[in-house]
Formats: sequence, C-alpha cells, structure tokens
Amino acid sequence: MRKTNWLLLALALVLSMFLVACSGGNDDNAGGNDSGEDTSSEEGGSEEAEGGEPSGEQVLNLIEGSQIPTMDSSHATDAVAFQWLGETMEGLYRLNEDAQPEPAIAEGEPEVSEDGLEWTIKLREDAVWSNGDPVTANDFVFAWQRAIDPETGSEYGPFMMNDVLKNATAINNGEADVEELGVEATGDYELKITLEKEVPYFHSLLTFGTYLPLNEDFVTEQGDDYALTSDNLLYNGPFILEDWDPKANESWKLTKNEDYWDAENVTLETINVNVVKETSTGVNLYENGEIDRAGLSSEFVEKYAGSEDYRTMPEPVLFYLKMNQENEALANADIRKAIAMSIDKQSLVDVILANGSIPSNGAVPEDFVSHPESGEDFRELNGDLITSDKEKAKEHWEKGLEALGTDSVTLRFLGGDSEVAKEMDDYLINQLEENLEGLSLELSSVPFEERIARDEKSDYDIQNSGWGPDYLDASTWLNMWMSDSPYMTMNYNSEKYDSLMQEANNDLLTDLPARFDKMLEAEKVLIEEDTAIAPLYQRSRAYLWRPSVKGVQFNPMGADFTYKHAYIEE
Amino acid sequence: MAKYIFQRLVYMFITLFIIATASFFLMKQLPGSPFKAEEKLSAAQLEILYEKYNLNDPLPIQYLNYLGNLFQGDLGVSFQMNNQPVTEILMSRIPVSAHLGIQAMIIGTIIGMLLGVVAALYSNSVIDYASNIISVIGISIPSFIFAGLLQYYLGVELGILPVAFWGSFAHTIMPTIALAIFPLAISARFVRTELIEVLGSDYIVTARAKGVSNATLMFKHGLRNALIPLVTVMGPMAVSLMTGTLVIEQIFAVPGIGEQFVTSIMTDDFPIIMGTTLFFAFFFILIILVIDILYGIIDPRIRIAGGKD
Repeated sequence: MRKTNWLLLALALVLSMFLVACSGGNDDNAGGNDSGEDTSSEEGGSEEAEGGEPSGEQVLNLIEGSQIPTMDSSHATDAVAFQWLGETMEGLYRLNEDAQPEPAIAEGEPEVSEDGLEWTIKLREDAVWSNGDPVTANDFVFAWQRAIDPETGSEYGPFMMNDVLKNATAINNGEADVEELGVEATGDYELKITLEKEVPYFHSLLTFGTYLPLNEDFVTEQGDDYALTSDNLLYNGPFILEDWDPKANESWKLTKNEDYWDAENVTLETINVNVVKETSTGVNLYENGEIDRAGLSSEFVEKYAGSEDYRTMPEPVLFYLKMNQENEALANADIRKAIAMSIDKQSLVDVILANGSIPSNGAVPEDFVSHPESGEDFRELNGDLITSDKEKAKEHWEKGLEALGTDSVTLRFLGGDSEVAKEMDDYLINQLEENLEGLSLELSSVPFEERIARDEKSDYDIQNSGWGPDYLDASTWLNMWMSDSPYMTMNYNSEKYDSLMQEANNDLLTDLPARFDKMLEAEKVLIEEDTAIAPLYQRSRAYLWRPSVKGVQFNPMGADFTYKHAYIEE
Repeated sequence: MAKYIFQRLVYMFITLFIIATASFFLMKQLPGSPFKAEEKLSAAQLEILYEKYNLNDPLPIQYLNYLGNLFQGDLGVSFQMNNQPVTEILMSRIPVSAHLGIQAMIIGTIIGMLLGVVAALYSNSVIDYASNIISVIGISIPSFIFAGLLQYYLGVELGILPVAFWGSFAHTIMPTIALAIFPLAISARFVRTELIEVLGSDYIVTARAKGVSNATLMFKHGLRNALIPLVTVMGPMAVSLMTGTLVIEQIFAVPGIGEQFVTSIMTDDFPIIMGTTLFFAFFFILIILVIDILYGIIDPRIRIAGGKD
C-alpha cells in the first residue's frame, strides 16, 4: 500500500494544469503517433516475444517514487524495497514471465513429501556472495530464523511465516526457541523445510523477499550497521547495488554482477535510479531523455494516451467499499446490494482515474490466479458477480427500507485525504445519494494512519478501502473476509462463507482443483449472495515507457518488475 | 553584549526543552504506529513489535528515556528507514536545505532591496510600477508555480539547466530562483515604503542641504534606517523559506530535510519527527536571536541590554 501525500497530489494537479497549457508548441513528444489507439497494455510477462537484439549502450535510467526504506530482507515490507532486493539478491526461486516459480539458487524443483509437509531442496553449488563466499543452505536457515525471531522486530517475518513454517508462530510469540523453526541445513547445499500445515502456495512464497538468504558471518560482523548503506551489504543476484546511502542521497546505481551464476543471461550493464516524487518532474525528465520510464497521473494520461511511449499496466490491486454490519441498515443485505449496484463503476475508472483501471465485479482480481487444471482465470470463471444496475439498486433499496421500517438512512463514510481519494469519495457519495432516495452520507476524509486506526476499531459505517496480494493464491483475497480474520473489522459473519473457506484451507489442501472450486463458490457467497463488500475497481498504472527498453518482466506480486532479462535495443 | 547573548542562549535551551516536551506528548497522540505495513499486521504481531521497541512502556517512562538519550546527543534510529541513525540523517540533509535556503535568502533580499531603492528613488515612475508588479506577483503566486514554470522552460524547452537532482552548482540555480521570489518581493515592498518615508524626513533634508552626496545619503542615512522593518520580517521570511523548501525540494528532487519531515509525520516515525522538530525549533529561535542582535547593529537606539549594568 502506498501512502500518498495530499499536498503533493494537489501540487501535481496544479502544476499539470499549466504544463498541459504550456505544451502546445512542443512538438517533440508527439513523434510516432501513428499507432493510433493501440496503447499496448501488457498482459503480464515480458513483451519482447518477437525477439530483438540488444544494441547500443546497455544502461537503463529509472526513477522511483520513494527512497528504498531498507535493504535488509528481514525488515522489507514495501514494493520499493522488494523491487531492489529482487534485482540484487536471489532466493531459492524467482518468478518467471508466467508468474510461475523457476529455480534460482535452488538447483531444481523441490522434492515434496506425500503429506506435503516436508520440502527438500538442493542448492546450486556455483552461486556466490559478492565477497566470494558460496551461498549455502545455512544462509537460508540463518535468514529465516532471523526474520521470525521476536528480537529482530521484523514486520513481514511473522506476517509471511506464521502458520506456514513449523513453529514460526510459537517462536514469534516467544514460546519456542528460534532453532526449532522448520528449516534445517541437511548439507552445505541441501535444505529441509518443514511446514506447519500444507500450504498450496508455498512454492511461490519462496520467491518472496522475506525468504531471501543472508550471509551469517557478514550480517553478524556488521551488527547494527548491516544494510545501512550499499557497502554494508552482500549480493548474490544479477546486479550489485552501489552508491546507496539513504541518509544523504536520493539515488543509487546497479551494475551487472559478473560473479552471478547466470551472468551470461544478464544484458544490462547499469541501472541508474533517482528518487522523484513529483509526477510532472518525472515527465519533464522523460521529455528530456534523461529517464526511460515515468509514471503518469490521470491528468497526464490525456496528453500522452495514444503515443508510442504510452503504456498501462494492470495490477492485482483491488478497491472496494467495506460496509460495517454493526450498523443496522448495513446489516440488511438489500441495503448493501443497493449500495453496490448504484455506483457507475465504468465512469469512475474512465473519468476519475483515467489510467487504464478496470471496474471490479468480484473479490479476486483479473489475471491473478488460474484454475490448476483448466488454466482458466479465476475472474473469468466466476464472471461478474455484481454489476452497476440503477434499477435493481432501487428495488433492493426499497425492499431494504421496508424491512427496516424507515424511509431514510444516514451513514458515516470514511475516506482518505489524498486529492484522488477525495475526488473519488465525492463521486461515490454523489452517485449513492442521487440513486438511493433517503440515503445521506457524512464524509470524513482522514490521513492514512487515522483511517487504519478507525478501521481497527470498527469505527466507520462505509469505508473506501484497498488491498494488494501477499502470495499467489486466491486465499490472499478471500481469507480476510472470514469472521475470525484479524482484518475483519466490518462484522461480517457468515457461517456459510466461513465453512467454505475452512474447507479450502484445511481438508482440500491436497486436492487443488477442488480447493479452487470451493473458493469460487465462496466468492459467490461473499459478493453475489451477501454482498459483504461493494467492489469498485482494479487498479492500473499508466507510464511513459521508452520503446527501446525491452524484456522487462512484470510481476503480480513481490517486486513489480524484473530487469534480469531486460536490454536496450537502439 | 556577551552577557546578553549568553542569557538569550540559556533561554533558548529552556524553550527547546519545553518544545521537546510538548512535541513528544503531542506526537504520541498521533493515530497508528510507526511500523511499516501496519494495515497488514495482526493485533498480536503489532503487540510483539510494541514490546520489542519499548513502545508499551508508560508515556512518562518513554519520555524520560527519550530525554536521557537526547542529553547524550542521541536522537535514536528511524523506523521507516530501518535502523538509520536520525542524527546522521539530519547531518547529511540539513546542509542541502540550508544551502538552498541561504542562497535564496541572500539573493532574494539583495535584489529585493535594490529593487526597492530604485522604486523609492523614482517613485510613481514606470520603474516604480514595474517593481510593484514584480512584488505583487512574487507575493501572490506560490513558489511551486515558479518552480514548475522554470523547470519546464529552462529545463525542458531551452535545456540550459538540469531539470532536477542535486550535485553541481547548476542544480541549485532553479530551486534558488524559485525560493528567492518570495523574499525578493517582500523586501522590495518594505524597502520602498520605508525608504520613501525616510527620504522625506527632516534629517535627510538637512543632510541634503549640507551637500551630502546622493549615494552616501541613500546608503548611509536612508537605507540604514529603512532596514529596521525589513529585518523584522526576515524572521518569518526565513521560516517561510523553511516550509517553502519542502515543496521545492520535492519538485527538483533535492535530497534535503523538508520531505523527511512530512514523510515522518505521515508514517509516525517518532525519532525523525522529534529530530526535525527540534532542529526547526532551534533554527527559529536562533534566527530570532540573530535578528535581535542585528537591530542593535543597525539602530543603536534599540540596544536591548546596555553595556553598563
């Protein structure tokens, strides 16, 4: 989740107004406009299927929206940290173009026991750290124990490992010794992992930043200084980080790691990264040819949509309205359905967001997981579970009001305080009040931290909220709506939904197709029958992207991009 | 004078202590926690983190611990920028912001003063009106608009200055101009108004009658007296530069202290909030002290504490 500063958004808006106005005489950005409306949106995976040849200087210049908060894999939690950890360090597996795990430091596919609880993984013997040490099984044991140790104070360690690795929860609670964690080096190059229970997505979890190895001698020797600058780090990935010192600089550099085991398949020599928070600054730098990619906010999309450099990237990030059933009106399913159906989601994504985002009609995003047998997309299989329909909304609304015995409902609407959030909330409230007679909404726009605090206390009626995935499985979207989930703040309590998800999470762990079907069924209960949340949209990001940059891979979780196979074709 | 300054310094530390205390307790009222990915952590996991970082201790205990460390010069380590010492963050970023701020202040006030002098000398002429217009524009249009315009025209269209980033003198030019506009406009207005009044006063007429040259008249007798109100507004001006840099640093992607402050408040990064607040407070108090001393130098009548007692 990215926190945005309303001030900056306001600035971006104001700035862009005159930038757009000023740009009339500038003709060098309109080049290559003959591709018409073909805005080549990338469907996950790398785009250079036609196959090109690297040519020219292999240097990529990028900007990033914020500083890397930490390069310590035990403490990393956000997209920026995972992005640059992913380029400079390598775990057992990495995601390939099809978002499937492929062996990295692991030599091949894991050997999994009958019951799915014991994983034996052989490591390649030619992987080395940047100080020359070999990457061994102990590096993984050390790193994982460190991440779960309560003494480390890691946020994502327990979040990614509890209930996954054996004894992780107990260790984090201080009830077991850290050595009892279910990971063991059975040889220098062999790792034995024991799970708490079967985890169908464990393979893809092993690609995640929290599961990266750490060189014990180096980390122990560095102590508190570990990962404070690029000199206090060791690397075993495709690139080596240089000139990174977040205390003083807002820039860093990656250079090709010649000792990387797969170095022959890495073409880029250098990646230069600078922190630029202002969208208009990024656009100006792009126009000047100083950078190869710039993110666009909606007001710039109009100017660049249709140009050769314009590209949108769908993300597996969903936004929806949470409806707190502690409120008497919202406890009524008809009222909730009326709310969910009365919002024109198409106009929301076309007018307010205008960045390629698409309306969402379910609780699991498009292009995220597919059926283990047929390979069909989850979203495609379940289809649109709730769509915009003003007439039906009115019917449900009247039915609901009748059941409540009232003709007016007043609800508190909790929203964010960024410029985009405010604009969107105004739109939503306008739609709801206009289409549902007798409904009035009281908006409070609060900063992110306050919104989280109120969410935890269930102190809202309706809340505009969003979620990004943590692992590649539909349950990352569906578990949070179970009545005993730590994220359940809207008092939705459906025995039917809970039991479907219980089955998916326990009995069906060994039968993945049946499990998938169970979760399809659960989503139907959640959205179609109960309409516990009102789905709004699935986010996309719009970019200016230098067409000469090829082979960049887009990932649905962890690091947004992979540059290992990227190259420049002049 | 030395005694006076010493006394003021003692007051300054008392003030800082009060500010530190007030900010500490106010900051603890902020909603949420300083931890990353807070929205994903369960209550039990958060509890373990609170325990680990001693954030479960009673507030007075936390406060005393903080003060103890503060007196040893230890501002703690950042939460969001994992484990990075706050002192080092401040030390490496303040010079960047100060560089821009001081450069803008000097250029802004000097050009503004010249503009004011010229406008006063030729009051109600074309030059005066032009200077007036510049001032009004400078005061009423926020600096980030200038920054955006400069960036687009000088950086992209003409390509004569770097669009953003930090490193060489060329990188400082556009942010400095954008920041200098406000002090320039303010000083031009104040100097003009005050100088017209001073130039009409009896002692100037006398001096002129005695045959003092125009330049001496203007700079030795006129401007010196016209500076008092300007010096008074320089304090608030310096502060507005401080807040101005927050935005300008953002636009030109300059690694200064401004954006750290905003980000830290948004994310409840307690050690950074305290560090930057104390620094800004210290800076503000220091500016006031310098201004009080300047008064005495410019106008001997306003010596606050006489040398004799």
